[in-house]
This record gives sequence, C-alpha cells and structure tokens, in this order.
Amino acid sequence: MRPMPGNAAERGYALSEVSCDALLREFRKDFRIFAPVRLEGRGRFSDTDMVRYGEIRNFREMELREKSLFSPKEVLFPPSETLFHFAETGVREPSLLREDGKGLLVLLRACDIAGVDRLDAIFLGNGPEKDPYYEARRKRVVFALIECGPLGASRSGSFGSCFCVSMGTNRASGYALVLRPEDDGLSLFLEDPAFAAYLPPDAVRTSYAPSFPLEDPFPVRVPDPGDMSRAVREESLFSAAFWKDYDSRCIACGRCNTVCPTCSCFTTYDVTYEENASAGERRRVWAGCHVDRFTDMAGGHRFREKYGARMRFKTMHKIHDFHLRFGRHMCVGCGRCDDACPEYISFAACIDRVSRVVDAAASTGGDDHDAR
Amino acid sequence: MTHVDLWNDSPASSRECAEDCRCGHGSEEPGRGSGNPYAFRSLRIRDIRVQTEQDATFRLEWPGDEVPPPRSGQFFQVSLPRIGEAPLSVSDAGRDFLEMTIRRVGRVTEGIFACRPGDALFLRGPYGNGFDPRDFRGRHLVVAAGGTGLAPVKGLISHFASRAGEVTRLDVLAGFKTPGDVLFREELEVWKKGAAVRVTVDRGTTDWTGPVGVITTLVPELAFPDPENLTVVVVGPPLMMKFTVLAFLDRGVPLGRIRVSLERRMSCGIGKCGHCKIMDRYVCLDGPVFGAAEALALED
Ligand SMILES: Cc1cc2nc3c(=O)[nH]c(=O)nc-3n(C[C@H](O)[C@H](O)[C@H](O)COP(=O)(O)OP(=O)(O)OC[C@H]3O[C@@H](n4cnc5c(N)ncnc54)[C@H](O)[C@@H]3O)c2cc1C
Ligand code: SF4
Ligand code: SF4
Ligand code: FES
Repeated sequence: MRPMPGNAAERGYALSEVSCDALLREFRKDFRIFAPVRLEGRGRFSDTDMVRYGEIRNFREMELREKSLFSPKEVLFPPSETLFHFAETGVREPSLLREDGKGLLVLLRACDIAGVDRLDAIFLGNGPEKDPYYEARRKRVVFALIECGPLGASRSGSFGSCFCVSMGTNRASGYALVLRPEDDGLSLFLEDPAFAAYLPPDAVRTSYAPSFPLEDPFPVRVPDPGDMSRAVREESLFSAAFWKDYDSRCIACGRCNTVCPTCSCFTTYDVTYEENASAGERRRVWAGCHVDRFTDMAGGHRFREKYGARMRFKTMHKIHDFHLRFGRHMCVGCGRCDDACPEYISFAACIDRVSRVVDAAASTGGDDHDAR
Repeated sequence: MTHVDLWNDSPASSRECAEDCRCGHGSEEPGRGSGNPYAFRSLRIRDIRVQTEQDATFRLEWPGDEVPPPRSGQFFQVSLPRIGEAPLSVSDAGRDFLEMTIRRVGRVTEGIFACRPGDALFLRGPYGNGFDPRDFRGRHLVVAAGGTGLAPVKGLISHFASRAGEVTRLDVLAGFKTPGDVLFREELEVWKKGAAVRVTVDRGTTDWTGPVGVITTLVPELAFPDPENLTVVVVGPPLMMKFTVLAFLDRGVPLGRIRVSLERRMSCGIGKCGHCKIMDRYVCLDGPVFGAAEALALED
C-alpha cells in the first residue's frame, strides 16, 4: 500500500513484470480481469495466432502490443448467453441477475471505450426498457486503457487498418488507469487516484503520462450525416453503382459483424435439453445483418437479399442511421471488420466511396477501388 | 486462462424459481411490471375459434381491472417456454379478454395451435405504438386489409362499426387469396350494419359470388366526399401495402392521411435485437404504425 498521490503530474509509474503480477494479484481480489490474449495457431491464416479477449490471471497471459481480432464487447455481451432456465417447476433467471459479482476490469483501447458507449446507447438507451443482462455486467465494469501512442500502436500489421482519428474516437474518457507495454513490464498512469491502493510497493514513480493517436495511417473521409440524408432523399446514395460490387465480393459470412465492437444485434431461441425434454433454456446469440435469414419473415418474405444491399444497410447504420438517433457515429474506426474480412473488403474504403457519392462534385470519379 | 463463455450458467434442469426470481412464473398479473423486460406472464386460453385451415383466433383471459387493455395495432411477444417466442398482434381486446388471430407457420405457432382452452400462453408486452383513436374520431375512416393484415385492425373496425357517429363514415376493404382464406366471416357480416364492407379474393371458386381481383381494384369504387377529413389505414403484406397506398394516392388522397402498419422480423420487441430496424427507425419501438409518408421514405 502506498500513500495516495497528490497532483495529476505525479500519477505515472513503472512496474517490472514481477510487480505487474503483484498488481494483478491485488486487482483480482476485487475484479475479474479481461484482456487481449494470444491463441496460438487460431488466426485468419494457418500458422498465425489469433488475439482475442479472455480472462487473465498474470501478466504473461496478456497481449498488449497487438490489436485483438475480436473486440471486448464479448465481456459485456457474450456470443451466446442464457436468458432464462426452464424446468418443470418453473422459470429461473441466470445467477447474473440475482447475485452481485466481482468488478470487471477490462483492458481496452480508446476506440473500444467508444464502442462500449455505442453498446450502452442500444442496450440501455434505445426505447424505455434497459437490457438487464447487459446492465448487470456494465455496472461492474472498470476500464483500463491500453495506450496506443501518438502514431497509433504501430503503423504495421493490423493497426494499419485503424481510423479512429477520422471517427473522432482516438481520445477516450471514463477509464481508471492507462497501461503502456514496456520491454520489462508496464508504464502505468492512475487516472483515478483511488487505484493507487492496488499498487505494489516497488512501483517506481515516473513522469509517464498517456498520449493518444493524432493521425490515421490511412485517413478516411467521413461524410456528414445530414449530407448523407440529403443524398438518400435525392435517391443518389442507395442507387449508387458501387454497392453492386459487394453483391459478388461479399460472401455473407458475417465476420465483420462478429468482430465489430458496436454490432449489437442478436436472435433469441429456445432449446430443450436432450437428457431431459421437460427442461431447457431461452438463449440469445449474436446475429448479423450480413448473414442470411436476418430479416426472414413468415411467408418467406425477406428484405435485402443481395449482399450489396446488406453492405449498404450496415454502412448506413454505422455512419448515418445511428447518428440520427443518438447524435454520434456508431462506427468507432477500429478497423477490425477490415482485418477480419476473408474477401478483403474494406469498410474504410466503403466510407470513402460513400463520401464521393455524397460529394456531388466527385461523384463521377471512376477511381473508387478498395486498394488500401 | 478461461474464456468469457464462463458467463453462462451450467444447465439447471430441476431447480425451482429462486425466491427473489423476477421471471413472473406463476404470477397472475399479465403485461409488464417485472424488473426484467424479457420476463413473461401466463394468460389462460378461454376459447379458440377456427378461422381457416391455417388461422385461428385465441381468446385469452385478461384481468382488465388491473391492467388497461392494449390498443389495436399493438403486439405482444408470445412464448411457449422451450419452444420459442413470436410477435403477435392484438386482434381485439376488452376489459376481461385479449384476442389474437394466429396463422400456423412454424415452431411457436404450431405449438400454440396444439394448445386447448384452459392452457396458458406466456406473454410480455404490449409493445409498439398501435393506432391512435384520435386519428379516426369524427373522420371518414377507410381500412384496407390484406390477408392476415385484417387481424390487427379487427378490434378497431368492430369498435367503430358498432358505434355509429364516432366516425362520419366507415369503409372496409378486405382482400384474401382465395375464399378459403377469408378471416372473420361472422364479423364481416356484423360490420355491414355500421360500415360499407367489400371483400375480394385473388382467385375465386365456383361458390364465390363476391368480387375477384386484388384489393387495389376496390379502391376506385370508393367515394371520398371530404378528402381532407379522411384517414386511410392500410395493413397487409409488403407488396400489397405498397400498391394499395399508391392506389389511394392515385385517387388524390393526401399522403399525410394514410397510415400503414409495418411487419418486420422481430426478436426482442424492445429496441435491442436490431432485426426490425429500417434506417433510423425501429419498427418495434417507433411503429408498427407509421404515417405512409414516413413509411415510403424508409428503405430497407
Ligand atoms: C409486429 C408483428 C405482429 C404480428 N402479428 C401476427 C399476428 O397477429 N398473427 C400471426 O399469425 N402472425 C403475426 N406475426 C408474424 C409472426 O410473428 C410469425 O408468423 C411468427 O413469429 C412465426 O413464428 P414460428 O415460431 O411459428 O415460426 P418459425 O418456425 O420461427 O418460422 C416460420 C417462418 O416464420 C419466419 N419468422 C420467424 N420469426 C419471425 C418473426 N419474429 N416475425 C416474422 N416472421 C418470422 C421464419 O423466418 C420462417 O419463415 C406478426 C409479426 C410481427 C413482427
Ligand atoms: S464497422 Fe468496422 S471499423 Fe467500425 S467499429 Fe465496426 S469493426 Fe470497427
Ligand atoms: S466479413 Fe466480408 S465477406 Fe464476410 S459478411 Fe462482412 S463484408 Fe461480407
Ligand atoms: S424487435 Fe428487437 S429491435 Fe425491434
């Protein structure tokens, strides 16, 4: 235990790997800790690794230098979860809603904190009802920001697809601490001085203060939502020829939906247990607007059968529809959809194409390729 | 390292509701009021009336002393635990009953059709805006319904057809595929006392004496003595609604005087699951009833 630091300039610390483990041990008394972890050989290509979120116990398990393929949304909104248990004797809610659990310390980047804000808008703010499953976890979440640095974490690898500066999500707020990976351990900044209580005695006071990305590797020109609305009314945007490219390029696999920190759609369904047909549960699983059956209705009617129409629907939601409803873009520019697409479809390039159509002057340009 | 799947409880096949459980099981109170908006209430089936080979009307007990009845055009999420949940419109409601007219198309609706009077259905809702009665009072009301689209407006038509004077004039147009698909045969007869009722079928049979042709063919027959004081309601499958709205526009009815009720795939009914979203609107929250001008501007 250390005395509480006095002024803001004195909140930087250096921790060796050993003292990081001591810090995590202290945290784990009050929190479950979720961070990017490396899963060997599970990547997009054979022999590559996949980085995604997992619960961690020690420093070595964390992968702070790479962007996670999947976003931290799965901590708050798991890919599959039980809403109710059904038994002969009645219906039961999962313990999540009945018990107070530990806090949830989530290590994530600035864009991902913005991503959680977008999930909040849907699960807590869209309509009069709050989603109690999301809320039960959300109330317990504390953010630890992973610093990306002024150039973004790196100009190479998967960070090359980042466009948070273009989306205005390069800076975050509402986090308790900031972490920067170092050769031996971490630099740490205490945004919330109360977290000094967790610091191990050998943490060294430094002048470390976090910095944020100032420039995207490939800046994206994001159209003004009002101009987009006008282009929709004038019937130039939905009829733009470039959407048709995606009819054949997209294979409707839905990966761009699953990796997105802000895609919040789900489908509920009931299951009966094989071992006991009178028991079962109601479950919800992630759903995505790119995937078949998302809009299927009784009588065989469906909307947006063409994959290009689905790309258009997603794009409108991410940079227009959500904005009209909630006053900010849904897309936070993390670039994960571009990283995940097996067909190398770039959403960032798609936004640029929209900009060109919306910009009547440039709408005749024939140079719109996804070459990025 | 453990993955976040840890979140999910292990199956509990024989545990009872916990004391503080808010699921509402066993509670007699229907509708909302529990802390969990996904929780449902049981309502007993009072009687079942067969309408066609695939459609039937289920009348449920509704304790109206405690909860006011829902509006026409609103819907409930109806569950059969272990089978699933489906959005279903209110086809009529009163102080002590709630009625739904259901087409058998899949898992949940098959399950409902296997129920008998005395069995329970599990409901949450009502959801959606429904029709605003102020839109109709003192006006000339025209209702055009295609197929099962007649269900969500049945209560509305019954109300105004039996209360002469609340609307200045009531026209009902109903279109069905074949004579075998005609819903609410008895009501259609009763309504004739207070409304001009026209029923058409796409394909007639030898014993069908009424008009044959799609519903839009009935629109030119209507008289609009006071077009500014008119409300037109169009409910049915997507294409039927589109062409019927166009037929009314052709007759010079102002777009602002037409209402439609949209149907979309729905999973949650409360603005979370995203299935029903069209541009910046959620059909479950902002609809299903929309002004036709707004509905035409919403492109999927
Ligand atoms: C606001 C609203 C009001 C409705 N009112 C009525 C009504 O009054 N009477 C009535 O008979 N039907 C109504 N429906 C349609 C009804 O919800 C579907 O027929 C029902 O969900 C099918 O469920 P199922 O389990 O029996 O079929 P499933 O086994 O789930 O599937 C059968 C078919 O129905 C489609 N389907 C599945 N879920 C839905 C869904 N949520 N909405 C539409 N189609 C779906 C499937 O894609 C498939 O084509 C309404 C739908 C909405 C959105
Ligand atoms: S749309 Fe793509 S870039 Fe935008 S938040 Fe989702 S995954 Fe990230
Ligand atoms: S990841 Fe690519 S191919 Fe798959 S649905 Fe998204 S855009 Fe289409
Ligand atoms: S039905 Fe889920 S958002 Fe409307």
